[in-house]
Amino acid sequence: MNTAVDRTGREAGTPYQGPLLDVRDLHVEFVTRDGVARAVNGVNYSVRAGETLAVLGESGSGKSVTAQAVMGILDMPPARIPRGEIRFRGRDMLKMGKDERRRIRGRKIAMIFQDALSALNPVLSVGFQLGEMFRAHHGVSRAEARTKAVELMERVRIPAAKERVNDYPHQFSGGMRQRIMIAMALALEPDLIIADEPTTALDVTVQAQVMDLLAELQAEYNMGLILITHDLGVVADVADKIAVMYAGRIVETAPVHELYARPAHPYTRGLLDSIPRLDQKGQELYAIKGLPPNLLRIPPGCAFNPRCPRAQDVCRAEVPELFPVAEDDGTPLEGRRSACFFWKETLHDR
Amino acid sequence: MTADGAGPTGAAVPEEAAFAQEVPRGEPILEVRDLVKHFPLTRGVLFKKQVGAVKAVDGVSFDLMQGETLGIVGESGCGKSTLAKVLMNLEPATGGSVRYKGEEISRLSGGALKAVRRNIQMVFQDPYTSLNPRMTVGDIIGEPFEIHPEVAPRGDRRKAVQDLLDVVGLNPEYINRYPHQFSGGQRQRIGIARGLALKPEIIICDEPVSALDVSVQAQVINLLEQLQGEFNLSYMFIAHDLSIVRHISDRVGVMYLGKMVEIGSDEQIYDHATHPYTQALLSAVPVPDPTARESRDRIVLTGDVPSPANPPSGCRFRTRCWKAQERCAVEVPPLAPPGWLSGPAFHDSACHFAAERESGEDVGSRP
Repeated sequence: MNTAVDRTGREAGTPYQGPLLDVRDLHVEFVTRDGVARAVNGVNYSVRAGETLAVLGESGSGKSVTAQAVMGILDMPPARIPRGEIRFRGRDMLKMGKDERRRIRGRKIAMIFQDALSALNPVLSVGFQLGEMFRAHHGVSRAEARTKAVELMERVRIPAAKERVNDYPHQFSGGMRQRIMIAMALALEPDLIIADEPTTALDVTVQAQVMDLLAELQAEYNMGLILITHDLGVVADVADKIAVMYAGRIVETAPVHELYARPAHPYTRGLLDSIPRLDQKGQELYAIKGLPPNLLRIPPGCAFNPRCPRAQDVCRAEVPELFPVAEDDGTPLEGRRSACFFWKETLHDR
Repeated sequence: MTADGAGPTGAAVPEEAAFAQEVPRGEPILEVRDLVKHFPLTRGVLFKKQVGAVKAVDGVSFDLMQGETLGIVGESGCGKSTLAKVLMNLEPATGGSVRYKGEEISRLSGGALKAVRRNIQMVFQDPYTSLNPRMTVGDIIGEPFEIHPEVAPRGDRRKAVQDLLDVVGLNPEYINRYPHQFSGGQRQRIGIARGLALKPEIIICDEPVSALDVSVQAQVINLLEQLQGEFNLSYMFIAHDLSIVRHISDRVGVMYLGKMVEIGSDEQIYDHATHPYTQALLSAVPVPDPTARESRDRIVLTGDVPSPANPPSGCRFRTRCWKAQERCAVEVPPLAPPGWLSGPAFHDSACHFAAERESGEDVGSRP
């Protein structure tokens, strides 16, 4: 752990105690021909070492844009970050210089992308691309980088790694390519991994293998993991806590068991209810009415209000803050928040 | 549904009359036998020489009953989309037969093929690429009428298209809009309206909701179910989302590497699966219930699906199967109900050692 961030001296002496990553009031906008698309509108979340945070949301909810802002890989312009903080080990990365940021990216925070085939360079062998991590960040020789690449491929259990190190991405199956992406993210032993829909493009039997591998490696290295997904099944399988996003805001956060048992936001509830259940065969599925909002024209008040069965006048007039959720007798529920004026009523539904 | 072939020219093709009869509910409307589709692999530019074949569909048999929904599940590359294309005659079959109401349709061409296609329509996966961006919604949904003018005479077409928009839950005034003005879910509704335009009897849905947002999927599934009741449709529903397939299907077929490995009622497949692949597939599906995390008895298959250009001998699943014996490498297991099973486990399953899964069964991964 002898790296640039630690050497800056801030945490010298006492080990850093706070969360690994702390995103505060983050806003991201895209300037388009038709106006300003507000993709992220005040997101707060934090991840500790060894913890898995699942960010759940539909397309356009801002879950990937938030992650790209954390990684510092947003194209700016058209994107801009008008407000917010992204603290890594207590230091705001948005205030860092380019070089310092670059030393964190890959080394401290790594990302796994959804589509491994387009994330890998098709004209370079996977061994070269894996080795590039070591050459760029540690300045090792080509031969040494290649040895390290083989080690990495073995660690993510790619069979016959030595023979396959010179193969090109298209020569691997989808599951194997995603393993290479994981290997690349692990290369520099980062503290935090952001996985953006890591298994969406994979078949279920391969998806299970890849998720197991990711969970195992996370435990081994005690990494923080942000898992971005729209799949309620995957979330239930691996997450410790969940942040549900809608129209660029977090609408609910909760530990995984509590979210599934007692959602406190009507959107979360609608998502859970629209999963086909055995006892509902032959009946109509519950469907959230309407469509996700256009980010150029987010409805005033709560963005979910046009689709919400519970919407009242207050929902159309005021933006609900993330209220802490508590039991009826006032006992606060730890880690639970809901951006709904009627979280109490929603909690009691069903 | 009126009789076909009563077009203004009166040039009815003889085959059409045969398709007009009604098939009673529960009788097969589509019978598929030993259907084969091989894509040749060639070498050489000028003198092409066939050096092998991708066996995308390799001997698939099943019946689609009138008014039912048959779900087809399987991983990518198992041949389920190719199967749909061959049934539609978009790809010519290499072998086998497809009978629609008792008539062989896999080798039809010209007018006879056109008449059959009217009755078998398709809804595609990707509502972004399956709609022509330069055509208005009215033109897209009305285009089938250009090919089959007998369904809606020229003067009535606009009205017919507006009715279809209404049926799928879109505002009939949107008729002059373009696809880009709609969201994914709305586009899929347009695709469904186009599929309905010719009043078909069979609709083949190839992953109709997998490109849609979770909150919109349920809307489209409900629409499909409602339309099935309204128009007495038979669906073949191809998908990889097993929970949606279970919700919508009466029967489910499981495909692996170009073969149907197990087929039965939804209960037989989901609660009494006897083929190891089906069991592994079902156990791998993430369950949206965190309390099941500890108790889950998951079979994690090792390795990847073999190449369909060079499938394993005998049973194709044997390379990933924990039950595989020598016999599996030699003998292709037939798709039939295994005689040693009874009750709900007694249904078509292509495994020499078909059996329901026992909890705690050793499924240790093989080297």
